[in-house]
Amino acid sequence: MSAESSQEPLVELTNVNFAYDRRPILTGINLKIPRGKVVAIMGISGGGKTTTLRLIGGQRKATSGQVKVAGQDVANLDSGGLYRLRRRMGMLFQFGALFTDMSVYDNVAFQMREHTDLPDDMIHDLVMMKLEAVGLRGAARLMPAELSGGMARRVALARAIALDPMLIMYDEPFAGLDPISLSIIGDLIRSLNDALGASSIIVTHDVQESMKIVDYIYFVSEGKIVAEGTADDIRNSDAPYVHQFVWGEADGPVAFHYPSCAYGDEIHEVAGHA
Amino acid sequence: MRERLFAALRWLGKRANDRIWRLGFASRFFLMTLLYSGTALRRFFLTVREIYFTGALSLIIILVSGLFVGMVLGLQGYDTLQRYGSSEALGVLVALSLVRELGPVVAALLFASRAGSAITAEIGLMKATEQLSAMEMMAVNPIARVVAPRFWAGVVSMPLLAALFSAMGVFGGYLVGVQLIGVDEGSFWSQMQASVDFREDIMNGVIKSFVFGVIVSWIAVFEGYDAEPTAEGVSGATTRTVVTSSLAILAADFILTAFMFRGV
Repeated sequence: MSAESSQEPLVELTNVNFAYDRRPILTGINLKIPRGKVVAIMGISGGGKTTTLRLIGGQRKATSGQVKVAGQDVANLDSGGLYRLRRRMGMLFQFGALFTDMSVYDNVAFQMREHTDLPDDMIHDLVMMKLEAVGLRGAARLMPAELSGGMARRVALARAIALDPMLIMYDEPFAGLDPISLSIIGDLIRSLNDALGASSIIVTHDVQESMKIVDYIYFVSEGKIVAEGTADDIRNSDAPYVHQFVWGEADGPVAFHYPSCAYGDEIHEVAGHA
Repeated sequence: MRERLFAALRWLGKRANDRIWRLGFASRFFLMTLLYSGTALRRFFLTVREIYFTGALSLIIILVSGLFVGMVLGLQGYDTLQRYGSSEALGVLVALSLVRELGPVVAALLFASRAGSAITAEIGLMKATEQLSAMEMMAVNPIARVVAPRFWAGVVSMPLLAALFSAMGVFGGYLVGVQLIGVDEGSFWSQMQASVDFREDIMNGVIKSFVFGVIVSWIAVFEGYDAEPTAEGVSGATTRTVVTSSLAILAADFILTAFMFRGV
């Protein structure tokens, strides 16, 4: 029987723990990414969202637990197996991570040249198709330094889907974008996922934009999944953390102040020194 | 008092431990670079492109420096030699100083400052802007695609730059000695030709510059790859490349000279 069945989720994390040195980052994470769906992992910065993506991409190994992608245990793959798996993945980094010494065209063509023996004219057609999908066919000859933040993100998206991946991962795709670019990127994530028949994971803290496009949401706080559900479930949730996050409230379980000694003691201490 | 002593010893031990660990990591990185050099050699245009950036773009500083070093050697050499009535030996002095020592060493120091620091900054910035991570996620090994071509470009460029430095230096010595001061041109060239041995002098100089090329390129790519992915981290890595390379070149020069010219 094949390790990959269309019934089982494309990505499955079971009881995953991860720590940097002895500092725990993720604790007992269980999540599933079904095939064909767009799933968001939300939470405040430093909560372990990006680390979860790195575990799925095999850039980090879980301290314990199992990370399965397309039926394969990522931790047990050798470097050849991991690279074969990664060829079926695409990843959009927070600020695009375009190769600054290459043009837009060469950035999108990069994986095709590295992993296939396609002739140049075919690569040209494929690159133009990908750029057309993100609306930047006319920018093919520009260098990354000549692009706006939103355009760079769209080029990175075209590069991420260059080899028609089965899984696309997005690390903070909405960070630092103006409202128009933000909406364009959001629509592209959804439409490309459906057009390619892929599955997508979006790591984000942009609640409103992601709720428009995702099928399911996991909330991560202090390395644990504290809530999950559809956009409506999350919107109507009365869990204190979710409520504070979704409605952007200052008061709640996530404290505004970094832990410190009493304010009065600090003031008196300074006054005493003076 | 005892507490402070223990604290100092602990600090020293930790520093030594960190250094040894880093040296081990650098050695492993060097072996990985050699192991993954297939791409750099098979797709040689990747290496050629880097030879342009590290070698060709270093030409101006190498040629101009070589010319001035040769001119200074001509002046200083003539001043000393004419006291003993052997100013005709100026060509020998200039040529041997350059091909044996100054050519490989000064060219390597300049190469470390000009190209080594640029390689470190480029790789460090690629790391800071997640370009290396992106490459990994695209199933492309960054050591094979980014590090190895830059390493081999440095190794290939260094002996060529050192040779050009020495050639320009000899020309500078000729300009000052023969054209400016008036040393006999025939003696200048003939004594040089008679005294400079191809194997003992020129080949040993080439071997030195090859070794320096390996050292500088290794340090430059390692510091870039190991840089902390912040502005301060990349800046620190660039500085370390220049300082460590310069010290390593001088130390290696002493060791190589001791082996190469011990019987001369």
